[in-house]
Amino acid sequence: MIASKVWLFFAMSAITSVTGRPAVAAEAGSVIATQGNGRGAVACKACHGEAGAGIPAVGFPRLAGMSKEYIVRQLDAFADGGRAHTMMSPVAKALSPDERAAVAAYFEAARAPATPGLAPVDEATLARGAVLARDGAWSKGLPACGQCHGPDGGGIAPAFPPLAGQSEKYLKAQLDAWRQGKRTGDPLQLMTVVASKLDDAEVAAVAAYYARLPPEAKGEER
Amino acid sequence: MTAAKRAHSILFAAVASLSVAGLAVAGAAWADPSGEQSAFTPPSGAEIPKGGFGEMVALGRDIFTDTSKHAGAFVGNDLNCSNCHLDKGRLAGAAPLWAAYVAYPAFRKKNQRVNTFEERLQGCFRYSMNGKAPPLGDTTLIALQAYAYWLAKGAPTGVDMNGRGYPAPKKPERLDLARGGEIYAQKCALCHGADGAGLKAADGSVAFPPLWGPRSYNWGAGMSVITNAAGFIKANMPLGLGGTLSDEDAWNVAAFVDSHERPQDPRFEGSVAETRKAHHDNPLDLYGTEIGGVTLGENSPPSGPQPK
Repeated sequence: MIASKVWLFFAMSAITSVTGRPAVAAEAGSVIATQGNGRGAVACKACHGEAGAGIPAVGFPRLAGMSKEYIVRQLDAFADGGRAHTMMSPVAKALSPDERAAVAAYFEAARAPATPGLAPVDEATLARGAVLARDGAWSKGLPACGQCHGPDGGGIAPAFPPLAGQSEKYLKAQLDAWRQGKRTGDPLQLMTVVASKLDDAEVAAVAAYYARLPPEAKGEER
Repeated sequence: MTAAKRAHSILFAAVASLSVAGLAVAGAAWADPSGEQSAFTPPSGAEIPKGGFGEMVALGRDIFTDTSKHAGAFVGNDLNCSNCHLDKGRLAGAAPLWAAYVAYPAFRKKNQRVNTFEERLQGCFRYSMNGKAPPLGDTTLIALQAYAYWLAKGAPTGVDMNGRGYPAPKKPERLDLARGGEIYAQKCALCHGADGAGLKAADGSVAFPPLWGPRSYNWGAGMSVITNAAGFIKANMPLGLGGTLSDEDAWNVAAFVDSHERPQDPRFEGSVAETRKAHHDNPLDLYGTEIGGVTLGENSPPSGPQPK
């Protein structure tokens, strides 16, 4: 009973602090995304696009529709060294916690169409990717990607990011980073374990498959 | 001391487990934390034949993985068959359909008579799906039976197959609900929510099933007995990390999950105490026992599909 009252108190506080100045928060996120913060964080749009489409060809990830919580967790990890990246680490360090939350909310709400011009991929690769995405490979204890990332890769907020329409190069690089232990900090080490069960051909297949699905993430509506 | 309170005190006192002895064999036979399947391999989904039989098998598979969509009239919660029978009913250690199919007809203590496989499926809908039993001969049952039969291609009858059911891990002497709650918060809440209500995808489909509350399995379901939940959890949870919880943690978190209110037992006739005596007389079943000052079953949402 006491615990639930404490929880209620925090919940009410959170609602008040968000709803008290939503326009300010949204405006702040938009400014950071399009202009940077003037203190070392360059404009996100330079690499991720104003609407969060990313630049798939060079592996800059799509952010549109990712949950705020997921984006904040990544920015925190870039800032504290839990996730390493030559460009993102200094940018994240230059953002205050409030700014991280604001820019994350901006990209959660952003919608960007699929990026055209993906190179064709052979049918067999796509079919292999589809099986991994929808059925998994239980003979080696591998659940379907879609069980956590949602049917058709739309993501399950807050913890599981959308994969549909994500940069193929980025997906492949992340799966390889999980496999090689270069990316860590995943909840329960779920991705570390899952990725370790994929071989090179499977990584390529699943990245090719999700990159070609239409991005339709709408965020979690519980 | 009432029967219910006695059962409760037995559960949380240090006593030798009564159910472990009978299940230890199955537990020992299924001890593969890597998730590798046992010797029996069901046919792959691509092998479903063409024609009338194959169409019925495919319908059974679709009912199995999207139960509300294809058998909605008989479903009263947010679960799919495939939530507890992983890999579309194929996975050893997750109550695979192929092992169940060849185990029927069988005598069941639950209703004290020999049940056909079709009758067993009726029980799934009435209890686990918190719905109502499709009539014998209904297409829903024919399709599921066809799918199970097809998955069991080449399996022996009269043999308790390796990988059947949820093999129980070794039970600790004492179950600890508080510890179970800690494990739940650390390892389960990410997907099933702190409130056990599960998570939905953006399209409204159920991504992670509710574990308690009005949209989960009811008090008549096998999973509401801690033994079954512990076996499922140990072998299969967290998803993709099956076998990583200690036996003790699997039991404790199972007890925690099954210490929450859920839809009423459909056999309930007005008295929780009588229902416990008739159907839940087992120290590893918390129905009708007092948890945190409240008797489970006294505040259950009604069983069966409810008008929206």
